[in-house]
Amino acid sequence: MIKNSAAEMAQSLASGTITSVALTQAHLDRIAEVDGKVHAFLHVDTQGALKQAADVDAARARGEKLGPLAGVPLALKDVLVQKDVPTTCGSKILEGWRPPYDSTVVSKLKGAGVVILGKTNMDEFAMGSSTENSAYGPTHNPWDLTRIPGGSGGGSSAALAAFEAPLAIGTDTGGSIRQPAAVTGTVGVKPTYGGVSRYGLVAFSSSLDQAGPCARTVLDTALLHEVIAGHDPKDSTSINAPVPQVVAAAKSGDVKGMKIGVVKELNGDGYQAGVRQRFEESLELLAQAGAEIVEVSAPNFEYALAAYYLIAPSECSSNLARFDAMRYGLRVGDTDGASAESVMNMTREVGFGREVKRRILLGTYALSSGYYDAYYGSAQKVRTLITQDFNNAFAKCDVMVSPTCPTTAFKIGEKANDPLAMYLNDIATIPVNMAGIGGMSLPCGVASEDGLPVGFQIMSPVMQDQRMYSVGAALEAALLSKWGAPLLSQAPSLGGAA
Amino acid sequence: MSSLSRDDVANLARLARIEMTDQELENLTTEFGVILNAVARVQEVATTDVAATSHPLALTNIFRTDVVIPSLTPEEALSGAPASEDQRFRVPQILGEEA
Amino acid sequence: MSALTYEDVISKYEPVLGLEVHVELNTNSKMFCGCSTIFGAEPNTQTCPVCLALPGALPVVNEKAIESTILIGLALNCSIAPFSRFARKNYFYPDMPKNFQISQYDEPICVNGYVDVEIDTDEGPKSFRIEIERVHMEEDTGKSLHVGGSTGRIHGADYSLLDYNRAGIPLVEIVTKIVPGTGKYAPEVAKAYVAELRDILRALGVSDVKMEQGSLRCDANVSLRLIGSDVLGTRSETKNVNSLRSVERAVRGEMIRHAERLNKGEKVVQETRHFQEDTGLTRSGRSKEQAEDYRYFPEPDLVPVAPDAQWIEKLRASLPERPSLRRKRLQEQWSVPDKEMAAMINADVLNLVEETVLLGSDPTKARSWWLGEISRLANEKDVTISELAISAKDVAEIVSLVAQGELTDKLARGVVEGVIAGEGTPAQVIASRGIKVVNDDGALMAAIEKVCSEQSETAEKVRNGHVPAAGALIGAVMKETKGQADAARVRELLLGHLGQAAN
Ligand SMILES: [Zn+2]
Repeated sequence: MIKNSAAEMAQSLASGTITSVALTQAHLDRIAEVDGKVHAFLHVDTQGALKQAADVDAARARGEKLGPLAGVPLALKDVLVQKDVPTTCGSKILEGWRPPYDSTVVSKLKGAGVVILGKTNMDEFAMGSSTENSAYGPTHNPWDLTRIPGGSGGGSSAALAAFEAPLAIGTDTGGSIRQPAAVTGTVGVKPTYGGVSRYGLVAFSSSLDQAGPCARTVLDTALLHEVIAGHDPKDSTSINAPVPQVVAAAKSGDVKGMKIGVVKELNGDGYQAGVRQRFEESLELLAQAGAEIVEVSAPNFEYALAAYYLIAPSECSSNLARFDAMRYGLRVGDTDGASAESVMNMTREVGFGREVKRRILLGTYALSSGYYDAYYGSAQKVRTLITQDFNNAFAKCDVMVSPTCPTTAFKIGEKANDPLAMYLNDIATIPVNMAGIGGMSLPCGVASEDGLPVGFQIMSPVMQDQRMYSVGAALEAALLSKWGAPLLSQAPSLGGAA
Repeated sequence: MSSLSRDDVANLARLARIEMTDQELENLTTEFGVILNAVARVQEVATTDVAATSHPLALTNIFRTDVVIPSLTPEEALSGAPASEDQRFRVPQILGEEA
Repeated sequence: MSALTYEDVISKYEPVLGLEVHVELNTNSKMFCGCSTIFGAEPNTQTCPVCLALPGALPVVNEKAIESTILIGLALNCSIAPFSRFARKNYFYPDMPKNFQISQYDEPICVNGYVDVEIDTDEGPKSFRIEIERVHMEEDTGKSLHVGGSTGRIHGADYSLLDYNRAGIPLVEIVTKIVPGTGKYAPEVAKAYVAELRDILRALGVSDVKMEQGSLRCDANVSLRLIGSDVLGTRSETKNVNSLRSVERAVRGEMIRHAERLNKGEKVVQETRHFQEDTGLTRSGRSKEQAEDYRYFPEPDLVPVAPDAQWIEKLRASLPERPSLRRKRLQEQWSVPDKEMAAMINADVLNLVEETVLLGSDPTKARSWWLGEISRLANEKDVTISELAISAKDVAEIVSLVAQGELTDKLARGVVEGVIAGEGTPAQVIASRGIKVVNDDGALMAAIEKVCSEQSETAEKVRNGHVPAAGALIGAVMKETKGQADAARVRELLLGHLGQAAN
């Protein structure tokens, strides 16, 4: 059962062949079995999940009209607040904090009867591409436990790949949904910026952060997308427009006549051969499905990484200022005669990890007087140029595509001491965040040289998220008929009973 | 321009309220040399004729009506406080300007 | 203490002012969240994830606050920016939950305005134009209570207790351009400017403008330069100037302090100073070792404010009468001499008098109560008139009772005293104190007959046509009736009794 898709689980629940309590318990059991190896979860809310499941079962028994995912379990990235459930963002500085409120995403999940199993591991405050920056230890890739599951949302993707949950929520600031999806052989979508409320998403970089759905199939991702998307008056940057019809797009998977633009600059040098091979094959499959493949150019994408590592640290240096030991979270050094200032200094030193401190200082520098124009100001201009590149390209195609990442999953520890090498993981995913458009990663096979999953990235214009679902569903269907079984059936079993 | 001295880094740490060890300051000074060189590339294309984008959406005038909605209870507000007293957040002595 | 007199200062130096006024808007909810703004609530009862800066919370702009700010800009003759943005001002302080303040930096909502203020000079009334640099929006901080130590002040305290009820209250900052050319009148001009702003804001209805509660606060920048020089001197910024009188005192005090330093060949330090109400002097703020770098950048959680012309014009059409015009109008309507008008403005009773008149009182009567007895009592208690527990309604009621003969002037003064003492409305004070005019003619006649027989010689004079002598008799009757009689009626009855027609 736990290897089914969320849509299948929902059907079983609706037809009464299984209860949500049983389904939830099955996933809790799986977590108990395998999470010691994977470490996808930071907190498992056993009681809360079973209570929620029982409520859904009761509502169903009463004949209430329920949402399409009611009773299906989900793993929540620990960067979204859930009332009374510990929220750490992978940081020591928030250890033990229980928020007194729900994020809008969580309210919507609860409202739709989606059962929240617990909170998943992540790079501290979503800063990283490997989940190695979690203060609570790394998450392991279910495909190879010595490798990283991607990041920052490695916990959510690993939970999907390890069948600990059929659905998960991630957040994506520079690729934190798509890159983990790519390296774990799962699906992840960064919706259009403003498509999903950021209220209750602990901010890393406000102008780039976006929460999104993660699952093992394109349809499941779409179903979850429609649950969490929509206008929220509590988020001033939320788009007040109808949610794109992503479920319908995922169901039809029709790409006939669509123009698919291959980004010239996001391929070639620096991309692993096996990654390129799977990518090229996927393009052929899409062409066979009736899409027209065209080449598009985005000359300014090469500056995206540099701009990102100015904008995101700048915003984070300000966003993370609130973690000061005064109102919540860790407090260190509050001895007799200590000043508030020294307690702040010591708490932030002890409470933040190396990467977070590095970015806070980098951002502090980029915003400081005398350097603002050269760094932050210039980065904002690059942002304009990248958006122009997208606009020019989208004049020639309906969606743009690229490999999600240059490589497959690397070894835990391999890049830990080389921040620049680590940052390069996100080279293909970052432009999407800079322009605020939608992006999806779905599995397109394993690389021949290492047998590890490869991600295929689809980018769609602002509020045209349905387009990437159409293309994703078409590619997924073509690959499935080629493979005969989902890619994840090739992953090791982790010794679980399932 | 793309290099920082150890004192510069120490000053940034002070601004950011992080009590860094000497070793950390050393390491960061080295790393910043590399990182700043990489990110300084933005200056190559950031010419004066390019407008700045601070936000991906071109929205304006998003407001809420001036209506009071219930606050947290003081218990909820103080629930995460490392220390509290008399329904207030208790913090160490504040050195600084008298407000 | 001061070796220098004010005259010494102004004979040598020219003061240059700069005034920053912070106004708390009187919106129902805070600037960026729905928490109530009511003053004086129990600590931390008006807080939420947004104004406590809990992780994940986001701000949403209060539309009424934007409208109020635009109204202020329009009333101060500013142009309203077609596009303005919020920015984050980054610095750490425990009373500021986010450790940045959402403010406006290089794109304020209103710019380039002016206010004309009039003051009395040796040469008669003179007008000064104060140019406004900008009007922008920001948010207030929480309040800290310093515990331990002996003073209750921040220095020497063991720890502090924070209440975030005020955190996120909408604030508007009004900044003047530098104000040269006020010469020896600088303190008066500064005071008149703040008073004028306060009147404008009150007329707009956008703020409670209570300086004593901190809803209107003034920071006064003062520098001196040698007369004839066009080089600006170093300025000091005096914070926490919380009454009109203090504005004047602070400016004057700083002028003298600067001059003393300059005369001694010392430099004026550019610094923040704190005004002390008790001494009227300023005290140096704790100077920071290094200057803060606020690292302003556009607030990414908010979108720009871009008011269209239609919205602005709608707000412009709703502007109330300008206070200076209103003063002229009232002076004419009430036929008040210049001096009396100035006295009312100076005592800050114009609104109260107007309210009283609008409730039906005679303007002269209303004015004389507010400027006379009530001002006297305020002085006696060393508080401002607005702090006294007496309203225009109370005064109107008292004026009306006097006019109807229900109270004598003397009794009315007692009623005023009772109301101010917190004994209730005039009716309640009259009832509880048993104040009553003796208007029973029978009782009065008995007193008159008694007095006339006791002072028969005087009575005889009156009977013989020497009417002025009646004064003594009337006084005696009033005394006999313990002041509770209506003197006019006593006179009427007395003269009738003694065969003289009252007139
Ligand atoms: Zn609030």
